[in-house]
Amino acid sequence: MEDILKNYEPVIGLEIHVQLNTLSKAYSSDATEYGAMPNTQVNMISLGHPGTLPRVNEKVIEYAVRLGIACNCTIRERNEYARKNYFYADLPKGYQITQDTTPICNGGYVEIKDADGKDKKIHLTRIHMEEDSGKSIHDIDPFNTLIDLNRAGVPLLEIVSEPEFRNGQEAYNYLAEMRKLVRYLDISDGNMEEGSLRCDVNISVRPVGREKFGTKVEVKNMNSFRNVQKAIDYEIKRQVELIESGGEVVQQTRTFDAARGSTMVLRAKEDAHDYRYFPEPDLQPVIVREDYISRVKDNLPPLPKELFNKYRELGLNEYDASLLTESKEVALYFENLISHTGNYKAAANWIMGPVKSYLNDKAMHIEAFPITAEKIAQLIEMVDAGKVSNSAASGEMFRALIENPDQDPATLAKEMNLIQESDAGALMEHVHAALAKYPEKVEEYKAGKKGLLGLFMGEVMKLSGGKADPKVASKLVQQELEKQQ
Amino acid sequence: MKLTKEQVEKLAHLARLEFTEEQKESMLNDMDNILGFVEKINGLNLEGIDPLIYMSDEVNVLRKDEVKQETSKDDALKNAPSKDTDYFKVPKIINRGEE
Repeated sequence: MEDILKNYEPVIGLEIHVQLNTLSKAYSSDATEYGAMPNTQVNMISLGHPGTLPRVNEKVIEYAVRLGIACNCTIRERNEYARKNYFYADLPKGYQITQDTTPICNGGYVEIKDADGKDKKIHLTRIHMEEDSGKSIHDIDPFNTLIDLNRAGVPLLEIVSEPEFRNGQEAYNYLAEMRKLVRYLDISDGNMEEGSLRCDVNISVRPVGREKFGTKVEVKNMNSFRNVQKAIDYEIKRQVELIESGGEVVQQTRTFDAARGSTMVLRAKEDAHDYRYFPEPDLQPVIVREDYISRVKDNLPPLPKELFNKYRELGLNEYDASLLTESKEVALYFENLISHTGNYKAAANWIMGPVKSYLNDKAMHIEAFPITAEKIAQLIEMVDAGKVSNSAASGEMFRALIENPDQDPATLAKEMNLIQESDAGALMEHVHAALAKYPEKVEEYKAGKKGLLGLFMGEVMKLSGGKADPKVASKLVQQELEKQQ
Repeated sequence: MKLTKEQVEKLAHLARLEFTEEQKESMLNDMDNILGFVEKINGLNLEGIDPLIYMSDEVNVLRKDEVKQETSKDDALKNAPSKDTDYFKVPKIINRGEE
């Protein structure tokens, strides 16, 4: 099968719907909060009552422009809205207000890793503004479908990619990148389980080298990134097998069954809709001018790619830089931390070591982490100055600070008796005593048994009650031994 | 311009209307008349004239992102032909429609 698959080229495009985290709806001022009691966040406009007039939420424009800038799109100056007509019980007006011929963002691209970890650009066709439908609930009442219109009119951005994905892994990476972006931009929580990020996939396959596209199949209803990946890989195999066995791919909409890991027919092409788009006369055009775009640009939060590049320039390796920028909150904490210390590598190690493992342990987000970045920076400085050992700082002191985050690290170190003796004068006494205790070992050392250094170090540490700075002590011991030679 | 019966049937389906054969005939006549009337516009020289979509030249009629929750659940459900205390009720739908 692997060999046969190699003879085919899958052509995959993704349509993502991102629910925006505005307070009020796209064209009316009722609330958008997730999880409210059914039909409590509605009004005459989102209910589609006659004689009502929609009005555009200015935040939706701003959020669309933010995403457009972040995805390197061209932002359209004159935006118009259109009605997409279809009948469905959770669409009260009988049409969706969307954009048809004038999407706000055109072109652009997102940088992802392909399945082999190489850089790849996924080009975008368009991003346009539209509104969500209500929710149909099929499993409460056995005889009726129940309708909750809280979600009706919640703003969405639809992001349409060019068909440039070659496998499920690339689609997974793209979705992860897109979620990261919308979270950094603070325009959506990007939560697929709550439906604030949804994805439809178009897939066709063609023999390698053939120009004409194969018949395309649309797959819907995948509720996780992993399922999108699985659905794509399943569908590629299904289509290739079908063609290889003499069959023909039929244009249809399929749904992904997560339990079985396969796709099933949802609708055949015969049901294809005729949406009869026409201009929405109730909403005046929106003009997005250059000075508006540059204002949005100037206020754009830092983007993951920018921070990644910055951290690479600060000398962090690719692995550290990508882990630190994985989530916006972690990156912001790190940003704060490195504004207080110049030891970037240590800062990264602190976040990825003790801080992350504490957070994982408590199943906690970094926003709730009790110790301020400033205090972590102080710990780093104290270790660098040799005042406390790294293990004392990341162990006992770290735990004590979590217990009581108000404590001053320097005072704490004193109280906990963790200050190392790095003062050469005080240490020298211990060094002399240690060497005096083992005169024959000193001779052996001089004869070339360098491994004995550990023995002297152990003695120095013992004499100092464990408080000697091992780096300084080791240097002094070696100096003394050299002198005696 | 003459409409066909198939076109009338298609439009009826899209509007979720059902007609008897007789009604279809009468619809066909009525719509032919309407189209014939509108057809007159095609006789005019419309070069350089944009279609009229908006009733004014205003642009950027925007609203601040502020919540005003003015409609209660009870009011929202009031006119529904079928409902319970929380939801609108509609006939069971098996296949999910297009979004």
